[in-house]
Amino acid sequence: MTLSSADYSAIWLTLKLASLTTVILLIIGTPIALWLSRTQSWLRGPVGAIVALPLVLPPTVIGFYLLLALGPNGWIGHFTQSLGLGTLTFSFAGLVIGSVLYSMPFVVQPLQNAFSAIGTRPLEVAATLRANPWDTFFSVIVPLARPGFITAAILGFAHTVGEFGVVLMIGGNIPDKTRVVSVQIYDHVEAMEYAQAHWLAGAMLVFSFAVLLALYSSRKTKAAWS
Amino acid sequence: MIQTRLKLSYSGFALDIDLQLPGRGVTALYGHSGSGKTTCLRCIAGLEQAGQGFIQINDEVWQDSDKRIFVPPHKRALGYVFQEASLFHHLSVRANLEFGLKRIPRQQRRVDMAHATELLGIGHLLDRNPQNLSGGERQRIGIARALLTSPKLLLMDEPLAALDTQRKNEILPYLQRLHDELDIPVLYVSHSQDEVARLADHLVLLSNGKALASGAIGETLARLDLPLALGDDAGVVIEGHVSAYDADYQLLTLQLPDTDLSIRVAHAPMTKGQALRCKVQARDVSLSLQGVEQSSILNRLPVTVISEIGADNAAHVLIRLNAAGTPLLARITRYSRDQLGVHPGQQLWAQIKAVAVLA
Repeated sequence: MTLSSADYSAIWLTLKLASLTTVILLIIGTPIALWLSRTQSWLRGPVGAIVALPLVLPPTVIGFYLLLALGPNGWIGHFTQSLGLGTLTFSFAGLVIGSVLYSMPFVVQPLQNAFSAIGTRPLEVAATLRANPWDTFFSVIVPLARPGFITAAILGFAHTVGEFGVVLMIGGNIPDKTRVVSVQIYDHVEAMEYAQAHWLAGAMLVFSFAVLLALYSSRKTKAAWS
Repeated sequence: MIQTRLKLSYSGFALDIDLQLPGRGVTALYGHSGSGKTTCLRCIAGLEQAGQGFIQINDEVWQDSDKRIFVPPHKRALGYVFQEASLFHHLSVRANLEFGLKRIPRQQRRVDMAHATELLGIGHLLDRNPQNLSGGERQRIGIARALLTSPKLLLMDEPLAALDTQRKNEILPYLQRLHDELDIPVLYVSHSQDEVARLADHLVLLSNGKALASGAIGETLARLDLPLALGDDAGVVIEGHVSAYDADYQLLTLQLPDTDLSIRVAHAPMTKGQALRCKVQARDVSLSLQGVEQSSILNRLPVTVISEIGADNAAHVLIRLNAAGTPLLARITRYSRDQLGVHPGQQLWAQIKAVAVLA
Protein backbone atom coordinates (compact mmCIF):
# COMPACT_ATOMS: atom_id res chain seq x y z
CA MET A 1 0.00 0.00 0.00
CA THR A 2 1.30 3.40 -0.89
CA LEU A 3 -0.28 5.57 1.80
CA SER A 4 1.10 5.29 5.30
CA SER A 5 -1.02 5.30 8.41
CA ALA A 6 0.23 8.84 9.05
CA ASP A 7 -1.16 9.78 5.64
CA TYR A 8 -4.55 8.25 6.44
CA SER A 9 -4.61 9.99 9.74
CA ALA A 10 -3.90 13.33 8.00
CA ILE A 11 -6.71 12.66 5.51
CA TRP A 12 -9.14 11.78 8.29
CA LEU A 13 -8.18 14.92 10.24
CA THR A 14 -8.59 17.08 7.15
CA LEU A 15 -12.06 15.72 6.42
CA LYS A 16 -13.07 16.18 10.03
CA LEU A 17 -11.79 19.76 10.06
CA ALA A 18 -13.45 20.64 6.75
CA SER A 19 -16.81 19.11 7.74
CA LEU A 20 -16.94 20.80 11.10
CA THR A 21 -15.84 24.13 9.62
CA THR A 22 -18.51 23.89 6.91
CA VAL A 23 -21.27 23.17 9.41
CA ILE A 24 -20.19 26.05 11.66
CA LEU A 25 -19.86 28.39 8.69
CA LEU A 26 -23.34 27.54 7.41
CA ILE A 27 -24.75 28.29 10.84
CA ILE A 28 -22.99 31.60 11.41
CA GLY A 29 -22.58 32.58 7.76
CA THR A 30 -26.32 32.41 7.02
CA PRO A 31 -27.36 35.24 9.37
CA ILE A 32 -24.36 37.32 8.30
CA ALA A 33 -25.22 36.83 4.61
CA LEU A 34 -28.89 37.50 5.27
CA TRP A 35 -28.04 40.70 7.09
CA LEU A 36 -25.58 41.80 4.38
CA SER A 37 -28.19 41.18 1.67
CA ARG A 38 -30.95 43.14 3.43
CA THR A 39 -29.42 45.89 5.52
CA GLN A 40 -29.27 49.55 4.61
CA SER A 41 -26.89 50.24 7.52
CA TRP A 42 -23.55 51.96 6.94
CA LEU A 43 -21.96 48.93 8.61
CA ARG A 44 -22.72 46.87 5.53
CA GLY A 45 -19.53 48.07 3.78
CA PRO A 46 -17.13 47.48 6.70
CA VAL A 47 -18.64 44.09 7.60
CA GLY A 48 -18.59 42.98 3.96
CA ALA A 49 -14.94 44.02 3.71
CA ILE A 50 -13.97 42.15 6.88
CA VAL A 51 -15.68 39.00 5.66
CA ALA A 52 -13.83 39.28 2.35
CA LEU A 53 -10.37 39.93 3.89
CA PRO A 54 -9.22 36.28 3.75
CA LEU A 55 -9.63 36.45 -0.03
CA VAL A 56 -6.73 38.89 -0.31
CA LEU A 57 -4.60 38.46 2.83
CA PRO A 58 -1.73 35.97 2.84
CA PRO A 59 -2.79 33.09 5.12
CA THR A 60 0.32 33.74 7.16
CA VAL A 61 -1.04 37.15 8.14
CA ILE A 62 -4.31 35.67 9.39
CA GLY A 63 -2.38 32.91 11.08
CA PHE A 64 -0.01 35.38 12.73
CA TYR A 65 -2.79 37.48 14.27
CA LEU A 66 -4.70 34.38 15.33
CA LEU A 67 -1.56 33.03 16.95
CA LEU A 68 -1.27 36.24 18.96
CA ALA A 69 -4.97 36.34 19.87
CA LEU A 70 -5.27 32.66 20.78
CA GLY A 71 -1.88 32.52 22.54
CA PRO A 72 -1.36 32.82 26.32
CA ASN A 73 -1.11 36.62 26.13
CA GLY A 74 -3.86 37.18 23.55
CA TRP A 75 -7.37 38.26 24.47
CA ILE A 76 -8.96 35.01 23.34
CA GLY A 77 -6.16 33.16 25.11
CA HIS A 78 -6.89 35.01 28.35
CA PHE A 79 -10.54 34.16 27.98
CA THR A 80 -10.02 30.45 27.31
CA GLN A 81 -7.48 30.22 30.14
CA SER A 82 -9.91 31.85 32.54
CA LEU A 83 -12.42 29.17 31.56
CA GLY A 84 -9.84 26.55 32.40
CA LEU A 85 -9.50 25.43 28.77
CA GLY A 86 -5.88 26.47 28.38
CA THR A 87 -4.88 28.00 25.07
CA LEU A 88 -6.22 26.95 21.69
CA THR A 89 -3.02 27.32 19.73
CA PHE A 90 -1.60 24.05 18.44
CA SER A 91 -4.96 22.32 19.01
CA PHE A 92 -7.70 21.06 16.75
CA ALA A 93 -10.12 23.63 18.21
CA GLY A 94 -7.70 26.38 17.21
CA LEU A 95 -7.59 25.00 13.68
CA VAL A 96 -11.38 25.08 13.51
CA ILE A 97 -11.44 28.74 14.55
CA GLY A 98 -8.75 29.59 11.99
CA SER A 99 -10.54 27.66 9.24
CA VAL A 100 -13.86 29.33 9.97
CA LEU A 101 -12.30 32.75 9.50
CA TYR A 102 -10.21 31.68 6.55
CA SER A 103 -13.11 30.11 4.61
CA MET A 104 -15.77 32.63 5.67
CA PRO A 105 -16.00 34.53 2.34
CA PHE A 106 -16.44 31.30 0.41
CA VAL A 107 -19.62 30.59 2.35
CA VAL A 108 -20.97 34.06 2.99
CA GLN A 109 -20.66 35.43 -0.52
CA PRO A 110 -22.61 32.72 -2.41
CA LEU A 111 -25.30 32.89 0.29
CA GLN A 112 -25.44 36.67 0.12
CA ASN A 113 -25.82 36.53 -3.67
CA ALA A 114 -28.55 33.93 -3.38
CA PHE A 115 -30.46 35.96 -0.78
CA SER A 116 -30.12 39.16 -2.80
CA ALA A 117 -31.43 37.38 -5.88
CA ILE A 118 -34.60 36.41 -4.00
CA GLY A 119 -35.41 40.06 -3.34
CA THR A 120 -38.00 41.29 -0.87
CA ARG A 121 -41.19 40.39 -2.74
CA PRO A 122 -41.41 36.67 -1.80
CA LEU A 123 -40.89 37.67 1.83
CA GLU A 124 -43.69 40.22 1.64
CA VAL A 125 -45.95 37.67 -0.02
CA ALA A 126 -45.19 35.18 2.75
CA ALA A 127 -45.99 37.78 5.40
CA THR A 128 -49.35 38.57 3.81
CA LEU A 129 -50.01 34.81 3.81
CA ARG A 130 -49.54 34.74 7.60
CA ALA A 131 -46.03 33.32 7.74
CA ASN A 132 -43.96 34.75 10.60
CA PRO A 133 -40.29 35.62 9.93
CA TRP A 134 -38.94 32.22 11.08
CA ASP A 135 -41.57 30.40 9.09
CA THR A 136 -40.70 32.55 6.07
CA PHE A 137 -37.01 31.76 6.48
CA PHE A 138 -37.54 28.00 6.42
CA SER A 139 -40.45 27.78 3.98
CA VAL A 140 -39.43 30.46 1.46
CA ILE A 141 -35.86 31.70 1.83
CA VAL A 142 -34.11 28.35 2.34
CA PRO A 143 -35.82 26.57 -0.57
CA LEU A 144 -35.37 29.52 -2.92
CA ALA A 145 -31.70 29.90 -1.92
CA ARG A 146 -30.95 26.18 -2.09
CA PRO A 147 -28.43 26.46 -4.96
CA GLY A 148 -26.64 29.14 -2.93
CA PHE A 149 -26.47 26.86 0.11
CA ILE A 150 -25.07 24.01 -1.99
CA THR A 151 -22.44 26.27 -3.54
CA ALA A 152 -21.54 27.73 -0.17
CA ALA A 153 -21.15 24.32 1.46
CA ILE A 154 -19.02 22.92 -1.37
CA LEU A 155 -16.76 25.94 -1.59
CA GLY A 156 -16.40 26.23 2.18
CA PHE A 157 -15.50 22.54 2.47
CA ALA A 158 -13.10 22.48 -0.47
CA HIS A 159 -11.38 25.67 0.54
CA THR A 160 -10.81 24.37 4.07
CA VAL A 161 -9.32 21.17 2.68
CA GLY A 162 -6.89 23.33 0.72
CA GLU A 163 -5.79 25.34 3.76
CA PHE A 164 -2.08 25.41 4.58
CA GLY A 165 -0.63 28.69 5.80
CA VAL A 166 -3.06 29.33 8.62
CA VAL A 167 -2.71 25.75 9.86
CA LEU A 168 1.03 25.96 9.92
CA MET A 169 1.00 29.25 11.82
CA ILE A 170 -1.48 28.34 14.55
CA GLY A 171 -1.56 24.55 14.51
CA GLY A 172 1.97 23.57 13.88
CA ASN A 173 2.49 20.03 12.79
CA ILE A 174 1.21 17.67 15.46
CA PRO A 175 0.24 14.20 14.21
CA ASP A 176 -3.48 13.34 14.71
CA LYS A 177 -4.17 16.80 16.12
CA THR A 178 -3.17 19.41 13.60
CA ARG A 179 -1.30 17.67 10.82
CA VAL A 180 -3.68 17.97 7.87
CA VAL A 181 -3.03 16.71 4.34
CA SER A 182 -1.44 19.88 3.04
CA VAL A 183 1.04 19.90 5.92
CA GLN A 184 1.69 16.19 5.50
CA ILE A 185 2.59 16.78 1.84
CA TYR A 186 4.95 19.54 2.94
CA ASP A 187 6.60 17.16 5.38
CA HIS A 188 7.02 14.48 2.72
CA VAL A 189 8.66 16.94 0.38
CA GLU A 190 10.94 18.23 3.14
CA ALA A 191 11.97 14.64 3.81
CA MET A 192 12.52 14.03 0.09
CA GLU A 193 9.73 11.40 0.07
CA TYR A 194 8.51 12.41 -3.35
CA ALA A 195 6.61 9.21 -4.04
CA GLN A 196 4.53 9.69 -0.87
CA ALA A 197 4.04 13.35 -1.71
CA HIS A 198 2.85 12.38 -5.19
CA TRP A 199 0.12 10.13 -3.88
CA LEU A 200 -1.28 12.70 -1.50
CA ALA A 201 -0.87 15.65 -3.84
CA GLY A 202 -2.47 13.68 -6.65
CA ALA A 203 -5.38 12.76 -4.42
CA MET A 204 -5.90 16.43 -3.51
CA LEU A 205 -5.80 17.42 -7.17
CA VAL A 206 -8.37 14.81 -8.14
CA PHE A 207 -10.58 15.69 -5.18
CA SER A 208 -10.50 19.42 -5.89
CA PHE A 209 -11.15 18.94 -9.58
CA ALA A 210 -14.05 16.58 -8.88
CA VAL A 211 -15.62 19.03 -6.46
CA LEU A 212 -15.36 21.96 -8.84
CA LEU A 213 -16.55 19.84 -11.75
CA ALA A 214 -19.61 18.83 -9.79
CA LEU A 215 -20.23 22.44 -8.83
CA TYR A 216 -19.92 23.92 -12.30
CA SER A 217 -21.78 21.11 -14.04
CA SER A 218 -24.71 21.19 -11.63
CA ARG A 219 -25.27 24.89 -12.17
CA LYS A 220 -27.83 24.82 -14.92
CA THR A 221 -29.38 28.07 -13.80
CA LYS A 222 -27.32 31.07 -12.91
CA ALA A 223 -29.32 31.59 -9.74
CA ALA A 224 -26.51 30.38 -7.53
CA TRP A 225 -24.09 33.02 -8.65
CA SER A 226 -26.18 35.99 -9.63
CA MET B 1 -65.96 50.39 8.50
CA ILE B 2 -62.33 50.91 7.58
CA GLN B 3 -60.54 53.84 9.14
CA THR B 4 -57.13 54.93 7.97
CA ARG B 5 -55.14 57.95 9.00
CA LEU B 6 -51.65 57.93 7.58
CA LYS B 7 -48.85 60.43 7.57
CA LEU B 8 -45.57 59.55 5.99
CA SER B 9 -42.91 61.35 4.02
CA TYR B 10 -39.91 60.47 1.93
CA SER B 11 -37.73 62.90 0.10
CA GLY B 12 -39.96 64.51 -2.49
CA PHE B 13 -43.15 62.73 -1.45
CA ALA B 14 -45.57 63.07 1.42
CA LEU B 15 -48.65 61.00 2.12
CA ASP B 16 -51.27 62.56 4.34
CA ILE B 17 -54.69 60.98 4.29
CA ASP B 18 -57.60 60.50 6.63
CA LEU B 19 -60.22 58.18 5.18
CA GLN B 20 -63.32 56.41 6.40
CA LEU B 21 -64.17 53.68 3.95
CA PRO B 22 -67.14 51.35 3.77
CA GLY B 23 -66.60 47.94 5.35
CA ARG B 24 -68.14 46.19 2.36
CA GLY B 25 -67.93 46.24 -1.40
CA VAL B 26 -65.04 47.41 -3.54
CA THR B 27 -63.31 50.69 -2.78
CA ALA B 28 -61.03 51.94 -5.53
CA LEU B 29 -57.97 54.00 -4.70
CA TYR B 30 -57.58 55.82 -7.96
CA GLY B 31 -54.85 58.18 -9.05
CA HIS B 32 -51.85 58.64 -11.29
CA SER B 33 -48.59 56.88 -10.58
CA GLY B 34 -46.85 58.67 -7.76
CA SER B 35 -50.13 59.72 -6.15
CA GLY B 36 -49.44 57.48 -3.15
CA LYS B 37 -52.06 54.82 -3.70
CA THR B 38 -49.68 51.86 -3.51
CA THR B 39 -47.91 53.34 -0.48
CA CYS B 40 -51.29 53.74 1.15
CA LEU B 41 -52.10 50.07 0.51
CA ARG B 42 -48.69 48.91 1.75
CA CYS B 43 -49.17 50.88 4.97
CA ILE B 44 -52.57 49.28 5.52
CA ALA B 45 -50.95 45.87 5.00
CA GLY B 46 -48.12 46.75 7.37
CA LEU B 47 -45.50 46.18 4.67
CA GLU B 48 -44.52 49.79 5.27
CA GLN B 49 -44.95 51.68 8.47
CA ALA B 50 -46.29 55.21 8.43
CA GLY B 51 -44.62 57.26 11.15
CA GLN B 52 -48.00 58.49 12.23
CA GLY B 53 -50.88 56.23 11.55
CA PHE B 54 -54.14 54.80 12.73
CA ILE B 55 -55.63 51.82 10.95
CA GLN B 56 -58.77 50.09 12.12
CA ILE B 57 -60.63 47.42 10.21
CA ASN B 58 -64.08 46.99 11.70
CA ASP B 59 -63.22 46.42 15.37
CA GLU B 60 -59.57 45.44 14.91
CA VAL B 61 -56.84 48.04 15.32
CA TRP B 62 -53.84 47.27 13.12
CA GLN B 63 -51.88 50.40 13.84
CA ASP B 64 -52.15 53.20 16.36
CA SER B 65 -48.92 55.13 16.51
CA ASP B 66 -50.13 57.17 19.51
CA LYS B 67 -50.43 53.97 21.52
CA ARG B 68 -47.36 52.44 19.87
CA ILE B 69 -49.45 49.67 18.37
CA PHE B 70 -48.18 48.16 15.15
CA VAL B 71 -49.46 44.72 14.25
CA PRO B 72 -46.93 43.00 11.96
CA PRO B 73 -48.31 42.05 8.52
CA HIS B 74 -48.40 38.30 9.22
CA LYS B 75 -50.79 38.91 12.11
CA ARG B 76 -53.21 41.02 10.07
CA ALA B 77 -56.17 39.14 8.63
CA LEU B 78 -55.67 40.51 5.15
CA GLY B 79 -55.18 39.20 1.66
CA TYR B 80 -52.79 41.02 -0.65
CA VAL B 81 -52.67 40.70 -4.41
CA PHE B 82 -49.54 42.22 -5.92
CA GLN B 83 -49.22 43.72 -9.36
CA GLU B 84 -47.14 40.77 -10.48
CA ALA B 85 -48.69 37.54 -9.23
CA SER B 86 -45.50 36.79 -7.25
CA LEU B 87 -46.17 33.08 -6.96
CA PHE B 88 -43.56 30.99 -5.17
CA HIS B 89 -41.57 29.32 -7.92
CA HIS B 90 -40.36 26.54 -5.64
CA LEU B 91 -43.94 25.38 -5.05
CA SER B 92 -46.61 23.90 -7.28
CA VAL B 93 -49.80 25.80 -7.90
CA ARG B 94 -51.57 23.72 -5.26
CA ALA B 95 -48.82 24.33 -2.69
CA ASN B 96 -48.96 28.05 -3.48
CA LEU B 97 -52.68 28.05 -2.78
CA GLU B 98 -52.23 26.03 0.41
CA PHE B 99 -49.42 28.25 1.68
CA GLY B 100 -51.76 30.74 3.29
CA LEU B 101 -54.65 28.30 3.83
CA LYS B 102 -52.70 25.94 6.07
CA ARG B 103 -51.52 28.83 8.24
CA ILE B 104 -55.11 29.74 9.13
CA PRO B 105 -56.73 27.93 12.05
CA ARG B 106 -59.42 25.60 10.77
CA GLN B 107 -62.26 27.35 12.57
CA GLN B 108 -61.33 30.68 10.96
CA ARG B 109 -61.48 29.38 7.40
CA ARG B 110 -64.41 30.80 5.53
CA VAL B 111 -63.16 30.23 1.96
CA ASP B 112 -62.27 26.66 1.06
CA MET B 113 -60.13 25.28 -1.74
CA ALA B 114 -63.06 24.09 -3.82
CA HIS B 115 -64.80 27.45 -3.61
CA ALA B 116 -61.70 29.50 -4.40
CA THR B 117 -60.59 27.37 -7.34
CA GLU B 118 -64.10 27.35 -8.75
CA LEU B 119 -64.50 31.10 -8.30
CA LEU B 120 -61.27 31.85 -10.18
CA GLY B 121 -61.58 28.99 -12.68
CA ILE B 122 -58.20 27.44 -11.85
CA GLY B 123 -59.18 23.88 -10.86
CA HIS B 124 -57.37 22.43 -13.88
CA LEU B 125 -54.09 24.19 -13.04
CA LEU B 126 -53.48 22.81 -9.54
CA ASP B 127 -50.72 20.36 -10.39
CA ARG B 128 -48.88 22.68 -12.74
CA ASN B 129 -45.69 24.59 -12.10
CA PRO B 130 -46.29 28.36 -11.78
CA GLN B 131 -43.53 29.06 -14.30
CA ASN B 132 -45.48 27.36 -17.08
CA LEU B 133 -48.61 29.47 -16.73
CA SER B 134 -49.78 32.55 -18.58
CA GLY B 135 -49.76 35.91 -16.84
CA GLY B 136 -53.52 35.84 -16.48
CA GLU B 137 -53.54 32.36 -14.97
CA ARG B 138 -50.80 33.31 -12.55
CA GLN B 139 -52.71 36.35 -11.39
CA ARG B 140 -55.88 34.32 -10.87
CA ILE B 141 -53.89 31.95 -8.68
CA GLY B 142 -52.45 34.92 -6.81
CA ILE B 143 -55.97 36.14 -6.12
CA ALA B 144 -57.21 32.70 -5.03
CA ARG B 145 -54.16 32.30 -2.78
CA ALA B 146 -54.99 35.57 -1.05
CA LEU B 147 -58.68 34.62 -0.72
CA LEU B 148 -57.81 31.30 0.89
CA THR B 149 -56.49 33.13 3.95
CA SER B 150 -60.15 34.12 4.55
CA PRO B 151 -59.15 37.77 4.84
CA LYS B 152 -61.21 40.41 6.57
CA LEU B 153 -59.90 42.83 3.99
CA LEU B 154 -58.59 42.11 0.51
CA LEU B 155 -55.97 44.53 -0.79
CA MET B 156 -55.33 44.52 -4.52
CA ASP B 157 -52.48 46.56 -5.95
CA GLU B 158 -53.15 47.07 -9.65
CA PRO B 159 -53.66 43.35 -10.18
CA LEU B 160 -54.30 43.82 -13.89
CA ALA B 161 -51.70 46.47 -14.72
CA ALA B 162 -49.02 44.01 -15.78
CA LEU B 163 -51.37 42.21 -18.18
CA ASP B 164 -52.31 42.89 -21.78
CA THR B 165 -55.87 43.79 -22.70
CA GLN B 166 -56.81 40.23 -23.56
CA ARG B 167 -55.63 38.90 -20.20
CA LYS B 168 -57.33 41.79 -18.43
CA ASN B 169 -60.61 40.91 -20.03
CA GLU B 170 -60.02 37.31 -19.00
CA ILE B 171 -59.70 38.27 -15.32
CA LEU B 172 -62.25 41.06 -14.99
CA PRO B 173 -65.26 38.73 -14.95
CA TYR B 174 -63.65 36.79 -12.09
CA LEU B 175 -63.14 39.99 -10.15
CA GLN B 176 -66.76 40.89 -10.75
CA ARG B 177 -67.82 37.50 -9.42
CA LEU B 178 -65.67 38.08 -6.37
CA HIS B 179 -67.44 41.32 -5.82
CA ASP B 180 -70.86 39.76 -6.24
CA GLU B 181 -70.36 36.51 -4.36
CA LEU B 182 -67.99 37.18 -1.49
CA ASP B 183 -68.64 39.37 1.47
CA ILE B 184 -65.05 40.58 1.80
CA PRO B 185 -64.33 44.29 1.56
CA VAL B 186 -61.78 45.07 -1.14
CA LEU B 187 -59.39 47.97 -1.50
CA TYR B 188 -58.47 48.11 -5.15
CA VAL B 189 -55.61 50.30 -6.34
CA SER B 190 -55.84 51.28 -9.97
CA HIS B 191 -55.00 53.97 -12.43
CA SER B 192 -57.47 52.61 -14.99
CA GLN B 193 -60.82 54.39 -15.11
CA ASP B 194 -62.28 51.43 -16.91
CA GLU B 195 -61.44 48.99 -14.11
CA VAL B 196 -62.66 51.43 -11.50
CA ALA B 197 -65.94 51.97 -13.33
CA ARG B 198 -66.50 48.23 -13.63
CA LEU B 199 -65.56 47.14 -10.15
CA ALA B 200 -65.74 49.90 -7.60
CA ASP B 201 -68.66 50.88 -5.39
CA HIS B 202 -66.73 53.56 -3.62
CA LEU B 203 -64.05 55.77 -5.10
CA VAL B 204 -61.13 57.54 -3.46
CA LEU B 205 -59.29 59.94 -5.69
CA LEU B 206 -55.65 60.39 -4.69
CA SER B 207 -53.29 63.03 -5.94
CA ASN B 208 -49.83 63.90 -4.59
CA GLY B 209 -50.39 61.93 -1.42
CA LYS B 210 -53.71 63.53 -0.58
CA ALA B 211 -57.26 62.30 -0.98
CA LEU B 212 -59.11 64.76 -3.19
CA ALA B 213 -62.40 62.96 -2.83
CA SER B 214 -63.96 59.89 -1.26
CA GLY B 215 -67.51 58.84 -2.03
CA ALA B 216 -69.91 56.53 -3.81
CA ILE B 217 -68.77 55.84 -7.36
CA GLY B 218 -71.77 57.30 -9.22
CA GLU B 219 -71.64 60.48 -7.22
CA THR B 220 -67.87 60.93 -7.24
CA LEU B 221 -67.39 60.34 -10.96
CA ALA B 222 -70.01 63.03 -11.65
CA ARG B 223 -68.32 65.67 -9.52
CA LEU B 224 -67.25 68.64 -11.57
CA ASP B 225 -64.78 69.92 -8.98
CA LEU B 226 -62.45 66.96 -9.49
CA PRO B 227 -59.87 66.46 -12.20
CA LEU B 228 -61.78 63.32 -13.22
CA ALA B 229 -64.31 65.47 -15.04
CA LEU B 230 -61.68 66.95 -17.30
CA GLY B 231 -60.38 63.77 -18.87
CA ASP B 232 -61.55 62.44 -22.18
CA ASP B 233 -62.96 59.45 -20.26
CA ALA B 234 -65.17 61.62 -18.07
CA GLY B 235 -68.52 60.03 -17.44
CA VAL B 236 -70.76 58.44 -14.87
CA VAL B 237 -71.45 54.93 -13.74
CA ILE B 238 -75.06 53.93 -13.36
CA GLU B 239 -76.08 50.82 -11.51
CA GLY B 240 -79.60 49.94 -12.55
CA HIS B 241 -81.90 46.95 -12.32
CA VAL B 242 -83.28 45.03 -15.26
CA SER B 243 -86.99 45.77 -15.56
CA ALA B 244 -87.80 44.24 -18.95
CA TYR B 245 -86.30 42.48 -21.93
CA ASP B 246 -87.42 42.86 -25.53
CA ALA B 247 -86.41 39.58 -27.12
CA ASP B 248 -87.43 40.75 -30.59
CA TYR B 249 -85.12 43.76 -30.64
CA GLN B 250 -82.77 42.29 -28.06
CA LEU B 251 -83.02 45.35 -25.91
CA LEU B 252 -82.74 45.39 -22.17
CA THR B 253 -84.62 47.95 -20.14
CA LEU B 254 -82.70 49.16 -17.15
CA GLN B 255 -84.43 51.05 -14.42
CA LEU B 256 -82.37 53.79 -12.80
CA PRO B 257 -82.08 53.56 -9.02
CA ASP B 258 -85.06 54.94 -7.05
CA THR B 259 -86.91 56.35 -10.08
CA ASP B 260 -89.28 55.42 -12.85
CA LEU B 261 -86.72 56.51 -15.40
CA SER B 262 -85.09 53.82 -17.46
CA ILE B 263 -82.64 53.40 -20.28
CA ARG B 264 -82.55 50.73 -22.93
CA VAL B 265 -79.47 48.97 -24.09
CA ALA B 266 -78.63 46.20 -26.54
CA HIS B 267 -77.75 43.14 -24.51
CA ALA B 268 -78.20 39.41 -24.15
CA PRO B 269 -81.27 38.39 -22.12
CA MET B 270 -81.15 38.87 -18.38
CA THR B 271 -83.68 38.07 -15.72
CA LYS B 272 -85.78 40.80 -14.22
CA GLY B 273 -84.42 42.43 -11.11
CA GLN B 274 -80.75 41.66 -11.84
CA ALA B 275 -78.32 44.51 -11.25
CA LEU B 276 -76.39 45.81 -14.21
CA ARG B 277 -73.70 48.43 -14.29
CA CYS B 278 -73.19 50.78 -17.22
CA LYS B 279 -70.99 53.69 -18.01
CA VAL B 280 -72.28 56.78 -19.78
CA GLN B 281 -69.49 58.97 -21.12
CA ALA B 282 -69.96 62.71 -20.95
CA ARG B 283 -69.11 63.02 -24.63
CA ASP B 284 -71.99 60.65 -25.50
CA VAL B 285 -74.59 62.84 -23.84
CA SER B 286 -76.14 65.71 -25.80
CA LEU B 287 -78.83 68.13 -24.67
CA SER B 288 -81.98 69.37 -26.30
CA LEU B 289 -84.88 71.60 -25.34
CA GLN B 290 -87.58 69.26 -26.67
CA GLY B 291 -88.08 65.68 -25.63
CA VAL B 292 -90.25 64.32 -28.39
CA GLU B 293 -88.09 64.10 -31.38
CA GLN B 294 -87.76 61.69 -34.27
CA SER B 295 -84.29 60.31 -33.79
CA SER B 296 -82.31 57.12 -33.86
CA ILE B 297 -81.15 57.85 -30.34
CA LEU B 298 -82.72 55.35 -28.02
CA ASN B 299 -82.37 56.99 -24.69
CA ARG B 300 -83.78 60.36 -23.81
CA LEU B 301 -84.15 61.42 -20.21
CA PRO B 302 -85.65 64.50 -18.61
CA VAL B 303 -82.94 66.21 -16.59
CA THR B 304 -82.26 69.30 -14.54
CA VAL B 305 -79.09 71.32 -15.01
CA ILE B 306 -77.09 71.49 -11.79
CA SER B 307 -73.86 73.25 -12.71
CA GLU B 308 -71.20 73.61 -15.36
CA ILE B 309 -67.46 74.03 -15.75
CA GLY B 310 -65.13 74.65 -18.64
CA ALA B 311 -63.70 71.45 -20.16
CA ASP B 312 -60.05 70.83 -20.88
CA ASN B 313 -60.31 72.95 -24.01
CA ALA B 314 -61.91 76.31 -24.62
CA ALA B 315 -64.49 75.01 -27.10
CA HIS B 316 -66.29 72.67 -24.69
CA VAL B 317 -68.08 72.81 -21.39
CA LEU B 318 -69.11 70.07 -19.00
CA ILE B 319 -72.63 70.17 -17.63
CA ARG B 320 -73.70 68.23 -14.59
CA LEU B 321 -77.27 67.01 -14.78
CA ASN B 322 -79.71 65.39 -12.45
CA ALA B 323 -81.97 62.68 -13.85
CA ALA B 324 -84.37 62.19 -10.94
CA GLY B 325 -81.51 61.57 -8.53
CA THR B 326 -79.08 59.90 -10.91
CA PRO B 327 -76.18 62.21 -11.79
CA LEU B 328 -75.17 62.53 -15.44
CA LEU B 329 -72.44 64.48 -17.19
CA ALA B 330 -72.72 66.05 -20.65
CA ARG B 331 -69.84 67.41 -22.63
CA ILE B 332 -71.13 69.92 -25.19
CA THR B 333 -69.66 72.81 -27.11
CA ARG B 334 -69.70 76.24 -25.57
CA TYR B 335 -71.56 77.37 -28.67
CA SER B 336 -74.39 74.90 -28.02
CA ARG B 337 -74.49 75.91 -24.40
CA ASP B 338 -75.14 79.51 -25.46
CA GLN B 339 -77.64 78.49 -28.17
CA LEU B 340 -79.69 76.55 -25.62
CA GLY B 341 -79.11 79.15 -22.93
CA VAL B 342 -78.12 76.42 -20.46
CA HIS B 343 -78.31 77.60 -16.86
CA PRO B 344 -78.61 75.90 -13.46
CA GLY B 345 -82.15 74.80 -12.65
CA GLN B 346 -83.13 74.53 -16.30
CA GLN B 347 -85.21 71.52 -17.39
CA LEU B 348 -83.75 69.82 -20.46
CA TRP B 349 -83.69 66.51 -22.27
CA ALA B 350 -80.49 64.52 -22.22
CA GLN B 351 -79.93 62.29 -25.23
CA ILE B 352 -77.62 59.41 -24.59
CA LYS B 353 -75.87 58.21 -27.73
CA ALA B 354 -74.16 55.24 -26.19
CA VAL B 355 -74.36 53.19 -23.04
CA ALA B 356 -71.47 50.89 -22.28
CA VAL B 357 -72.51 47.85 -20.26
CA LEU B 358 -69.78 47.09 -17.76
CA ALA B 359 -70.90 43.94 -16.07
